[in-house]
Amino acid sequence: MNKFILEGVNLWYGDFQALKGIDMEIPANKITAFIGPSGCGKSTLIKSLNRMNDLIEGCKVSGNILLDGESINGDTDVNALRKRVGMVFQKPNPFPMSVFDNIAYGPRTHGVKSKLALGEIVERSLRDAAIWDEVKDRLKKSALGLSGGQQQRLCIARALSVQPDVLLMDEPTSALDPISTAKIEELVITLKKHYTIVIVTHNMQQATRISNRTGFFLLGELVEFGKTNKLFSLPKDKRTEDYITGRFG
Amino acid sequence: MGRRTLVAWKKVCNREFVAKVIFIVSASAAVLAVGLICVFLLVQGLPAMWDIGIVSFLTGTDWRPTWTPPLFGILPMILGSLYVTVGAVFFGVPVGIFAAVFMARFCPPYLYKVLKPAVNLLAGIPSVVYGYFGMVVLVPFVRGHIGGNGNSILTASILLGMMILPTIITISESAIRAVPEEIYEGAVALGASHERAVFFTVLPAAKSGVFAAVILGIGRAVGETMAVRMVAGNQAVLRMPHEILSGTRTLTANVVIELGYAADEHRQALIATGVVLFVFIMGINIAFSMLKKKDGL
Ligand SMILES: Nc1ncnc2c1ncn2[C@@H]1O[C@H](COP(=O)(O)OP(=O)(O)OP(=O)(O)O)[C@@H](O)[C@H]1O
Ligand SMILES: [Mg+2]
Repeated sequence: MNKFILEGVNLWYGDFQALKGIDMEIPANKITAFIGPSGCGKSTLIKSLNRMNDLIEGCKVSGNILLDGESINGDTDVNALRKRVGMVFQKPNPFPMSVFDNIAYGPRTHGVKSKLALGEIVERSLRDAAIWDEVKDRLKKSALGLSGGQQQRLCIARALSVQPDVLLMDEPTSALDPISTAKIEELVITLKKHYTIVIVTHNMQQATRISNRTGFFLLGELVEFGKTNKLFSLPKDKRTEDYITGRFG
Repeated sequence: MGRRTLVAWKKVCNREFVAKVIFIVSASAAVLAVGLICVFLLVQGLPAMWDIGIVSFLTGTDWRPTWTPPLFGILPMILGSLYVTVGAVFFGVPVGIFAAVFMARFCPPYLYKVLKPAVNLLAGIPSVVYGYFGMVVLVPFVRGHIGGNGNSILTASILLGMMILPTIITISESAIRAVPEEIYEGAVALGASHERAVFFTVLPAAKSGVFAAVILGIGRAVGETMAVRMVAGNQAVLRMPHEILSGTRTLTANVVIELGYAADEHRQALIATGVVLFVFIMGINIAFSMLKKKDGL
C-alpha cells in the first residue's frame, strides 16, 4: 500500500528549480527517511506533501502528488489536507499557551467543543507521544516552561491530536540532546503502527536505526530510493556510496 | 616617559574627561527634568492639598474657586478624565488592534505602502488640529445625529479614540510582527485557516505587547489637553456616567483653562490638580514598563 505517489514533481522558487522530476512511492505505515547534503531539497519536498510551500511567495509546483490515490494539487482543500498530513518542525514550536491548550488547538480548529471530548483527546495525544507522565500535573501551565525535548514531544502530541494519517518530520531531533533524541526515535518507531512517517535527517545512524525506506537526494534530484538496509549496505549509485561513506556532503 | 608623551597623555585624559562629563550631563538631563518637575509639583501642590484636606480635595464634588470661602473639589474632573479615557479606549482600542492585525498579516504590500505613512502622519498631527477637526466635524455631527449640544463626553471620547489610534496601531503591529513565524506555521500545519492562525495563535502570542500599546494609549488619552478642551464643554460640574451627551471637564483642561488668571490658593489647587494627574500618568508608565519587562520587548 502506498500512501503517497509522486510523479515527475518539479518545484521552483522563482527561477530557481529546487526539485527536479521526483518520482517516488511512499509506503503506508512505514518510516521513510530523506537524506542528502544541505540544500538538496529535502525540506522542500517534505513541505510539498502538506502544501506548506503554499506559504512561500513565488513557489511553483508541477507534476503530480497523490495521497491515497487522489491528487493534492490545485484546488484541494489545504486545511483538510494538513489535518490528514501532520507536521513536526525542526525547532520545537509550542504555542505560548498552556500545555492543554496547545494540544486542544487542533481539535478546536476542526470543531470539537465539548470539554470532555477535548480532555480525552489531550490525554490520548500526550500518551501517544510518550509525554503524559511528565506533564499530567502541569496541563494548565505554559508549554514554554518545558525542556526542549519535552517541547518537541509536545509538538508531536499536538500533531497527533487531529488524528492524521501521515506525520512529516523535518529534522525533529537536530536541536535536541542524545537522550531526548533516543526518546523521540523510540516514539517514532511505535507510531508507525498507526501512522505513515516521513522524516528528514542529517544523521545517517538515525536513518538506519528507525527507517524502512531511505531516499538520497542531491541537488534537487532523487538519486536513489529503496529499502534502508539495502541502500546503506549495497548502494547502487556511486554518489550514494560516496555520501554514506562520508566522502562528500 | 618623555615630556612630549606626557603632554599628549594629559591632552587625551582631558579630552576623555570632558567627553565623559558631556555624556553624564546629557544622560542626566532627562532624569533631572523628571526630578525637577516632581519636586516642583510636590512642593507647590502638596501644601495646598494639605490645606484643602486631601479627602475633600479628591472627593469634593464642587469646584468653586471664586466663592468665599472657595471650594476645591476635583472629583468631577477626575471622573471627567476617567470617562473620556474609558470612552477613548472603547472607540480606539478595537479599531486600533484590528488595524494592526490587518497591517501585519492581511494587508497587500501596495496598500501597506499607503497605510503605514498614513498612520505615522496621524501620529504627527498637532493636537490643536485634532481639536479643530473635532469642533468643525464631530461636534456638529453629534449635535445633529445623536443629541445634546455636541460638546460632550461622547465627542471627546471619539476624538481621543482617534488620537490614540497611531500609538495603539504602531506598537501592536510591531508586537504582532515580533511573533515568530514558526508559531504561525505550527497553526497552519494543523489545518487552521489563515484567519484562525492569526487571531487565535499569533495575536494571543503578542498579547503583552498589545496590552502595552493599550496602556500607552491610555496614557496619551489621560494627558491630552488641547483637543479635549476644544470639544468637551468643560463644565466643572459633577456628571454621572449615563450622561455621555453632556459636557465634562478633565484634569488637564481644568489646569490649562484657569492657570492663566489664578492666584494664591486657587493657583496652588491647580498645581495640586497637576499632582493628581502626574500620579495617574506615573502609575500608567509603571504598568507599561512592568509589562515590557515581562514581554522582553
Ligand atoms: N523560500 C525559498 N526561496 C528561495 N529558495 C529557497 C527557499 N527555500 C529553500 N530554497 C532553496 O532551495 C534549495 C533546497 O532547500 P531546502 O531547504 O529544501 O534544502 P534542505 O535539503 O532541506 O537543506 P538542509 O539540510 O540544510 O535543511 C536550496 O538551494 C535553498 O537555497
Ligand atoms: Mg531542511
